[in-house]
Amino acid sequence: MQDLTIHAETIHQEKKQLIIIGNGMVGHHCVEQLIERGATQHYQIHVFGDERHRAYDRVHLSEYFSGKDADALALGEANLHDTHGVSLHLGVRISGIDRDRREILTSEGRLPYDSLIIATGSYPFVPPIPGPEVSEHPQARLVYRTLDDLDAIREHASTARRGVVIGGGLLGLEAANALKSLGLEAHVVEFAPRLMPVQLDDQGGAALRERIEALGVGVHTGCATEEIIATSDNDYAYRMHFKGGEHLDTDLVLFSAGIRPQDQLARDCGLEIGERGGIVIDETCRTSDPEIFAIGECALWNGQIFGLVAPGYTMARTVASCLTDVCVPFSGADMSTKLKLLGVDVGSIGDAFGTTEGAKSYRWIDEAGSGYRRLVVSGDGTKALGAVLVGDNSYYDTLLQYVQNGIDLPKDPAVLILPQSEGGAPTLGADALPDTAMVCSCHNVTKGAICQAVDEGCADIAALKIETKASTGCGGCAALLKQVFEHELESRGIEVDKSLCEHFHYTRQELYAMVRVEGIHSFDELLEKHGHGLGCDICKPTIGSILATCWNQPIMDPQNVALQDTNDTFMANMQKNGTYSVMPRVAGGEITPDKLVALGQVAKKYDLYTKITGGQRIDLFGAELHELPDIWEELIKAGFETGHAYGKSLRTVKSCVGNTWCRYGVQDSVAMALELEHRYKGLRTPHKVKMGVSGCTRECAEAQGKDIGVIATEAGWNLYVCGNGGMRPRHAELFATDIDSDTLIRYVDRFLMFYVRTADKLQRTSVWRESLEGGLDFLKEVIIDDSLGLGDELERQMHHVVETYECEWANALKDPEKLKRFRTFVNDKCGDPDIVNVTERDQPRPARANEIDSLAVEIR
Amino acid sequence: MSPATAVENTARVLCSVHDLVDYSGVVVLHDGRQIALFYLPHGRDRHSAPEVFGIDNHDPFSNANVIGRGIIGDKGGELVVASPLYKQHFRLDDGVCLEDNDIRLATYDVRLEGECVVIA
Ligand code: SRM
Ligand SMILES: Cc1cc2nc3c(=O)[nH]c(=O)nc-3n(C[C@H](O)[C@H](O)[C@H](O)COP(=O)(O)OP(=O)(O)OC[C@H]3O[C@@H](n4cnc5c(N)ncnc54)[C@H](O)[C@@H]3O)c2cc1C
Ligand code: SF4
Ligand code: FES
Repeated sequence: MQDLTIHAETIHQEKKQLIIIGNGMVGHHCVEQLIERGATQHYQIHVFGDERHRAYDRVHLSEYFSGKDADALALGEANLHDTHGVSLHLGVRISGIDRDRREILTSEGRLPYDSLIIATGSYPFVPPIPGPEVSEHPQARLVYRTLDDLDAIREHASTARRGVVIGGGLLGLEAANALKSLGLEAHVVEFAPRLMPVQLDDQGGAALRERIEALGVGVHTGCATEEIIATSDNDYAYRMHFKGGEHLDTDLVLFSAGIRPQDQLARDCGLEIGERGGIVIDETCRTSDPEIFAIGECALWNGQIFGLVAPGYTMARTVASCLTDVCVPFSGADMSTKLKLLGVDVGSIGDAFGTTEGAKSYRWIDEAGSGYRRLVVSGDGTKALGAVLVGDNSYYDTLLQYVQNGIDLPKDPAVLILPQSEGGAPTLGADALPDTAMVCSCHNVTKGAICQAVDEGCADIAALKIETKASTGCGGCAALLKQVFEHELESRGIEVDKSLCEHFHYTRQELYAMVRVEGIHSFDELLEKHGHGLGCDICKPTIGSILATCWNQPIMDPQNVALQDTNDTFMANMQKNGTYSVMPRVAGGEITPDKLVALGQVAKKYDLYTKITGGQRIDLFGAELHELPDIWEELIKAGFETGHAYGKSLRTVKSCVGNTWCRYGVQDSVAMALELEHRYKGLRTPHKVKMGVSGCTRECAEAQGKDIGVIATEAGWNLYVCGNGGMRPRHAELFATDIDSDTLIRYVDRFLMFYVRTADKLQRTSVWRESLEGGLDFLKEVIIDDSLGLGDELERQMHHVVETYECEWANALKDPEKLKRFRTFVNDKCGDPDIVNVTERDQPRPARANEIDSLAVEIR
Repeated sequence: MSPATAVENTARVLCSVHDLVDYSGVVVLHDGRQIALFYLPHGRDRHSAPEVFGIDNHDPFSNANVIGRGIIGDKGGELVVASPLYKQHFRLDDGVCLEDNDIRLATYDVRLEGECVVIA
């Protein structure tokens, strides 16, 4: 046997020996804390862990089954120990502690210590149920605690169809989920009459059960397993017999019947042990031997074992402080938990069972949706004591703050657990939290600490996480952290950086105001006065759009031309192969047969793919740059004008046929659509704007899915605003009812100009509306009641745009200088030789890569 | 007068300076290659002599010949063009793609000689 003593002493004679037994989550946190506090100057630290992996995130162990490997779960920097001269001994089990000689024992020898920290965690309790021999039937006695356990589960699951978990607590449900994710039919057998008996009351347990059963997991509560027998004549490998005569067949059995503190070493060397296990510690985390500390799940404080990581971390910090500086005592910990089990939200806070004397409860039960929330309040109804949540944890953060910080309850405390009409849980503004409020309980970070970090310069969440460690444990506090952070920034008047880009440290709205107020007419002028550098593909188009809205100069004018995205530059939409689509305006979707013929002729002549768009018009695809002017020459001759399909501007006003033809129509929706489209065509906006006009309430024009929707009524028009189709559909909201045409136009003028003035870049009206403080009511006040006194100005600005409208294509065609740009090559008249089309359904389309080489192509 | 007669060395004329567009791009066909030419009429600081850049017109991300139609500007002090299709940025000086440094467009040694844009 080798004697470890010798080299330890020869290397670091001058340093004290500090040994940590256990390299789990808490042991590891303790090492980090010791390093951070400079303990390595005085101590030679040795860490022993009997698992072969370096410390990993046991809390997220289940993610091992959803793609994370041991490396991804590992905690801290891989080279932490080397860098700080801490020796890490993995796969080494400590077999004894010799307190008289102050040495620990391993199979490889002895090592002396001056101080010793026991962080051996706990082990899964496997009740002594009679069953087949473990060595031959490991799959009948699986457990769920370490990576090796999970490897074993994975191995046995590969040949199994059904798996049973004994124990319906937090870990049992996680284990059941793991079995399910491995493709097994999963069952949970719980001795108590409900699931999660430690955290949930009966009704909470019942709601959880319903949700879990709905996921196809079998739940058997009030079931005591008496025996497991191996069967050979059955479809399944084992049969579990329950008290009362029932049975359940399965291929594997996983025990999750609770944990027991791993206190054997302490027992053997005579340290004080609790009646039901656990190494007794005081508030400095010292055991009955003052040179020996115990932390984490193996430790018993005030008669209590803490089976959660946050209290263990607090103990680790206590020990690190005791060994380096002034001892920060451990004073218990909150056992509130928020979990997602099998995708079901479960939360338990404080006195969840209402055991405090005089406590009263509010309960909200949703039998249809299996939701349950309980709020426990003090006898006098002023303070929250605890809560139980099943189904929706969005209520958790707020309730936790009420409980932890003794915040006075609202007059009707029930509102805290009732569903809100706006959707989502009630929130407690970050300003209502006291500085002592715990934001991150894993790392003991209070609101005060976050404020301090912000004061010291943390300017984003990432920096804050590095500085305070908040939200780097279980992650449950992420939402609250963000809320507090943003509130702190705002209250310091620090702007959350909303700069347009590196060239302009202003928002789009601010730049819009500068352009208008200072009468700036070009990008150069704005850059000179308020910007830096040369500009980029973010600020140029945005400012191009602002200049266009304000002054309505043709976008092809020399000072504007370099600002535009290619679509605006060439007044057509670039397609994937570098060609363009041509989309003339077909206002309101109304088109004469002659114009239809003309479109067809142009498409045929230039061999363009033709398609009816979703916006009631016709798109001609596949034109090359140098063909655009000729195409437009012909279209304009036939009476067309540009459709602005390329611009952030009004697209189409979709109409239905209305009372002209339709037997139900009550107004002329086509005429109104034409009026709107011709009025607002050409207006440059922060994002595109779409409108719709329906002739009656049947709504064939889908106006309620548009930025501006108009629906005819017997008495006039109903106006809807801020709808959206596309990526995130939003119904438009009713803004005004039974208004006449003039009022309608006035409101729309004001609405659009107000949107242009206050929206962010690339913000559709729907998103703008959602970000608008004061919401729809505010918007109505500004537009209808003219509460800001802006009405006239907005209308004036709109009139300017309307009066100065000119078709951009007509403008460009008049000017040979502008047309010079429409050359594929400035030194050659040919087209791009790499554009290759094939014919499909009698029309051209770009050849796909694999077609280009084949002989079947028709080269143009 | 054809622009070519104005130059007397081995450099070859691509086009006239009047074909260029201020702060923007045009494309020339040269020996079967498509070269996008970007023009800064007052240099990269907006206050010095004119500069012209030549860079491959082929966009490797879309496989279309469109680089010459991108917006130019600077990012972190480096001159770049943004592809008009999927908006990756390429440095005008060496063609390197900022989003993916392994990708680099060919750049060409182009310059102004009198009224002419020439390639070395
Ligand atoms: C051509 C067309 C599809 C078609 O063949 O029918 C089309 C084509 C394009 N749409 Fe669209 N959208 C077309 C109708 C629509 C519609 C339906 C409608 O207008 O009634 C919608 C949903 C309604 C809405 O916008 O609320 C629609 C929602 C989008 C969106 C998502 C916008 C959003 O706010 O969620 C985008 C992306 C964007 O704008 O950022 C988009 C973007 C585009 C772009 C510009 C994508 C691009 O950058 O290349 C396409 C280029 C058109 C082109 O090259 O000409 N297109 N697009 C339709 C042209 C209508 C027209 O006549 O102007
Ligand atoms: C699946 C699962 C999900 C969980 N989810 C949550 C959750 O959501 N929230 C939460 O707060 N907590 C959760 N926990 C609990 C949390 O993981 C524990 O509270 C935490 O790991 C305790 O840390 P510890 O260091 O005390 O013990 P452990 O992490 O168990 O570490 C103890 C280490 O000591 C080693 N060891 C023991 N004896 C010896 C010896 N004699 N010699 C050498 N090494 C030894 C062990 O092998 C082990 O590696 C979960 C646990 C599991 C298993
Ligand atoms: S739905 Fe997508 S692919 Fe189709 S036209 Fe619109 S943007 Fe293009
Ligand atoms: S509470 Fe666990 S990370 Fe913050």
